[in-house]
Amino acid sequence: MQHRKYPFIVGFLIVPLVLYVTFVIWPYLQTFGYSLTDWKGESQNFTFVGFDNYSALFHDDVFRTALWHNILLLIFLPVITILLALFFAFMVNVGGRETAGGVQGVRGAGVYKVVYFFPQVLSVAILIVLFGAVYRSDPSGLLNGALIKLHLEDANSPIEWLNDPSLVLWCLLAIQVWAGVGFYLVLFSAAMQSIPKDIYEAALLDGAGRSQTFFKVTLPLLWDSVQTSWVYISIFAMDFFALVSGLTQGTYGGGPDHHSEVMATYLMRNFLYFGKSGYACAQGVIIMLVTLIVSAVTLRVSRRDRIEF
Amino acid sequence: MTSPITESQAGLLDQVPAGGLRGRPKTSDDENRYDGAGGRVLNVFSHGFLALWAILIVLPLGWIVLGSFKNNAEIGGSAWSWPAHWSFDAFGRAWDKGIGDFFLNTVIVMIFSVPLTMLLGSMVAYVLARYEFPGNRLFYFLFVGGAMFPYFLALVPLFFMVKNLGMLNTYQGLILVYIAYSLPFTTFFMHSFFKTLPTAVHEAAVLDGASHTRTFFQVMLPMAKPGLLSVGIFNVLGQWNQYILPVTLMQPQSSSDKDHSMLAQGLVNLALSQGYSGDFPALFAGMVIAMLPVLVVYLSFQRQVQAGLTAGTLK
Repeated sequence: MQHRKYPFIVGFLIVPLVLYVTFVIWPYLQTFGYSLTDWKGESQNFTFVGFDNYSALFHDDVFRTALWHNILLLIFLPVITILLALFFAFMVNVGGRETAGGVQGVRGAGVYKVVYFFPQVLSVAILIVLFGAVYRSDPSGLLNGALIKLHLEDANSPIEWLNDPSLVLWCLLAIQVWAGVGFYLVLFSAAMQSIPKDIYEAALLDGAGRSQTFFKVTLPLLWDSVQTSWVYISIFAMDFFALVSGLTQGTYGGGPDHHSEVMATYLMRNFLYFGKSGYACAQGVIIMLVTLIVSAVTLRVSRRDRIEF
Repeated sequence: MTSPITESQAGLLDQVPAGGLRGRPKTSDDENRYDGAGGRVLNVFSHGFLALWAILIVLPLGWIVLGSFKNNAEIGGSAWSWPAHWSFDAFGRAWDKGIGDFFLNTVIVMIFSVPLTMLLGSMVAYVLARYEFPGNRLFYFLFVGGAMFPYFLALVPLFFMVKNLGMLNTYQGLILVYIAYSLPFTTFFMHSFFKTLPTAVHEAAVLDGASHTRTFFQVMLPMAKPGLLSVGIFNVLGQWNQYILPVTLMQPQSSSDKDHSMLAQGLVNLALSQGYSGDFPALFAGMVIAMLPVLVVYLSFQRQVQAGLTAGTLK
């Protein structure tokens, strides 16, 4: 069995390893190095400036605004998405008619799961064009058209969803919720279905109602999935580049007047538009640090004794 | 956690006696009563919310499809008008104005990137899952750990790496980058799959004198087909929909450089730069063209897609 084992292992690992290190690992590491320089990006000339980029970042008002928007997204995106997904997952799995046989899923549960999940497989580019049309600021946009039809809005002064400083970030958040809920519904459903039935039977025999069953039995047993989801959604909340750059005003988005700016869009503008590559790298490092901190804090705060079943 | 989601599993509490719900002693009379009001109210309630969200999902998409049959004046008018007459003109215009080229570019890249991702990812996963050697764990974490970091951390050096290799705005550059960035998930998924395959078959093949390589290609890889299918669908959807990598790497470098935009990127560029010069029906038609393959793949394989994506995240 040991015959010619090592040549085989090396032969199989070498090509993927070279590719992966060249395009993924090495750029990751380089970012840290470049973030300590004043590199412009056009040539290989740069000088080492220490932590100047980082201190400049924290005096940069635009960057602070962007960071604040990311933090808002980090709070609201997971909360809204997970609550909706849990609600729908519970409905789909136990919201059905109670019969002599017991509580069951609603009819057509499979269809709901297929439909809800669909936005998840759509490209963010499709979401951009789609919601560009939905949020159009004249009566021909889907949202304004609907509100006018319902007489909730005056046709002569339609709402400028993406141009209104106080609305724009929430409009973008809504898109991500719209697209994401289905995935977490399916995730929670899978977890709910792996809970053994006798646990429910015991709870029901002890006289637990439906909401009690949910909060005292289902939710604690789903805790692992909720935790994982939270980390996943946080990573999404740190991105947001495509939605902002595609739907809002300005080079790589962020408008009106930085009211939808996020760290990723500011990074891209510094890198490809202002030609400040070192500065952009420092932002990349900050994005990674915030992501890591949020993941660690989420896992730490939500840690509970794991319930084995 | 690879159990596919089946509808038969949906009834979680099928076996639970209804009478037990409120903790009252169960009588036959009780069961009849339970069939009534309480259940129905909840049923209407849950169906109401579920249907509402389903409408919220389907409505905008259906509205776009409808828009691709309207003319410009109809789209600029009320949002709720029907197309005056149904024609496929907009689809032809969208195809001619670039969507056709973008579609072709994406297909060319994926013909190479998806099979190569699967092959290289499986090779790594197989070696790491079934062979003991010093540094095995280190390589495993190196490959899988890449999925933890945001793309943005690598973006600036990646751009210059590809530039120095002379591969900006080329198919081969994007193919290599797609493969590299798809490796973490593919390796992670296939690693757990190869772990579960029985060792007996492997040993039999080796005893019969098959080399390691031959064993992999003729015995283990065919046995891993279900896993390959799941992760393959995932890679197809992921690479078809990739956005930030082509936006960074596939920009024409000079005025004579051919536009090699991917479909997703090209569509957004056209929408932003008014490349349709206000031809919204064509833009909507372009969207339908971009969505259609995804919809077909998703509907044909929705069980594997859902099972695969949840398997990748749950444990």
